[in-house]
Amino acid sequence: MIEAKNISYSVGGKQLLNNISFDVQSGELLAIIGANGAGKSTLLKLLCKDIQANSGEIRIRQKLISAYKMNDLAKFRSVLAQSNTISLSFRVEELVLMGRYPHFENTPAPKDIEIVKTVMEKTGITEFANRDYNTLSGGEQQRVQLARVIAQIYDQPRGLLFLDEPTNGLDLLYQQQILMLARNLANSGYCVVSILHDINFASRYADKVLILKKGQHVAFGEPKEVITCENIHQAFNIQVRLLNDEEFKCPLVIPSAILSEQTI
Amino acid sequence: MKTHSLILFILAIVLIMACTLSICIGAVEISTLELWSILTHRLGMGGEIYHTSQQEAVLFSIRLPRVILGVIVGSALSIGGAAMQGLFRNPLAEPGLIGISSGASLFAVLVIVLEARFFSHFIQLLGYHALAISAFLGACFTTFVVYNIAVKNGKSNVTILLLVGIAINALAASFTGLLIYMATDDQLRNIMFWNLGSLGGASWKTVTSILPFVGIPLAVLPFLAKPLNTLALGESQAGHMGINVQLLKRSVIVLATLGVGAAVAVSGIIGFIALVVPHILRMAFGADHRLVLPGSAVLGATLLVLADLVARTIAAPAEIPIGILTAIIGTPVFLYIIFTERRKRGFG
Repeated sequence: MIEAKNISYSVGGKQLLNNISFDVQSGELLAIIGANGAGKSTLLKLLCKDIQANSGEIRIRQKLISAYKMNDLAKFRSVLAQSNTISLSFRVEELVLMGRYPHFENTPAPKDIEIVKTVMEKTGITEFANRDYNTLSGGEQQRVQLARVIAQIYDQPRGLLFLDEPTNGLDLLYQQQILMLARNLANSGYCVVSILHDINFASRYADKVLILKKGQHVAFGEPKEVITCENIHQAFNIQVRLLNDEEFKCPLVIPSAILSEQTI
Repeated sequence: MKTHSLILFILAIVLIMACTLSICIGAVEISTLELWSILTHRLGMGGEIYHTSQQEAVLFSIRLPRVILGVIVGSALSIGGAAMQGLFRNPLAEPGLIGISSGASLFAVLVIVLEARFFSHFIQLLGYHALAISAFLGACFTTFVVYNIAVKNGKSNVTILLLVGIAINALAASFTGLLIYMATDDQLRNIMFWNLGSLGGASWKTVTSILPFVGIPLAVLPFLAKPLNTLALGESQAGHMGINVQLLKRSVIVLATLGVGAAVAVSGIIGFIALVVPHILRMAFGADHRLVLPGSAVLGATLLVLADLVARTIAAPAEIPIGILTAIIGTPVFLYIIFTERRKRGFG
């Protein structure tokens, strides 16, 4: 679905990404993790075609990303950004309908209205349908935005979903719910790429994990292969212990050294 | 979507009522019966004649062009304002921000003050329209300058656009001030009237000369409603939804300049309509541009026609500049907007 080969990106003499390669298929969830400034958001921007790589190539559905027009991509690929402030006041329902904009000209088809309704139910925001987006809490706003991006690709069985720290500002329940939703989308054939901060979420929900540090590739592979004490130490500069739990397919990561060796 | 059409339909009916009212009231009164009689007679439908030939002459050579000019100018200013607010993602934006009004003002004052010395050829050539044409050129020129300074590598940053607009506005205003300083008493009076705005220059000639400039933005801008809606989410988000953001920015700026520049050229600076009308609609029905853009055009036309009615009747036979009236009505509304915004953000 997505193949990235040796991509590098620099701006103003600063190398933000250096020789990064990975691939992810439909039906898979790829988690990108790394410390602040690792280049996660830059990588996502490259995948969104917001910026262009200096070298290397990115292929989406076997086709070079540069060969796509923005509105072709918009039909099967949607992006949940990190900050979502809106200056004008829109009703929640209008916002979710915007997700369908790439699919209709002037008036939405009955199918579009139907999708908006279904997605709002799935994300649990039906009760806000007529509220002003700006009067919602941060967590509620995040769910509305998620509904919008899912609506955009809802009828594309092999669609692509990019999430930039989707659990930001959400409480524990909704963090789990959003990642479950992403997991279910992947299970039903979508390809999901998500930047995550919580390593445990990555190991629990992702099929593949890409670890970055200062624009460099640290590791790429299945969670149980790449989430190791050494890799985490290298990427985040903290000592961790891995806790094996029967219920999880991967070890749980627990910071240890920050308490014993480093003081803040 | 059905509610949108219904709201637009109601707004259109209110506009027709406002126009009828404005056509009938004035130094020569025309009753609705007489108006009906004039219209049916003109269309060759016969029937009894209730009107005088004086009423017919007033209607066709004075009232009708003036009301139609009010409709054109009001709709151009308001739809331009609505599109600008969408583009800048700021409910307080208006076309003047990118230099349309200050540029028009500068060029108009230039022609008024320096006419005899430098522009005699130009004025001879264009006659009565010289002032309007130079104001229109001024509007386009400043917007062009502002936009080109703000563009880097083919991309424009909205914040920089705003700052450049403020700078160029200040520069244009100081040149205008310099010219005003040099002006004679007669010229000063001219300048003042131009700056306060008026529809007094209405004739069929002015109507037909600005119709194409206003008609294009009125026809095209409503089609940019969907892209402008997505722009409210942010520029990159709009891009992710398949919108060509640079093309959108350029189109909105060109179309708004065309319409507003033409309106300012024939009517002078009429303040606050462009700012306030989109706001009234947004407060009442939400921010969806699919309603706000066409709705602004219709509501703006209605308000300007009514304001002009007041302007020419309240102190008859004298006429109050319409810019004064719109500001008197506009200022309280503007303050109301600021207060509610402040309360919403918790600074109240």
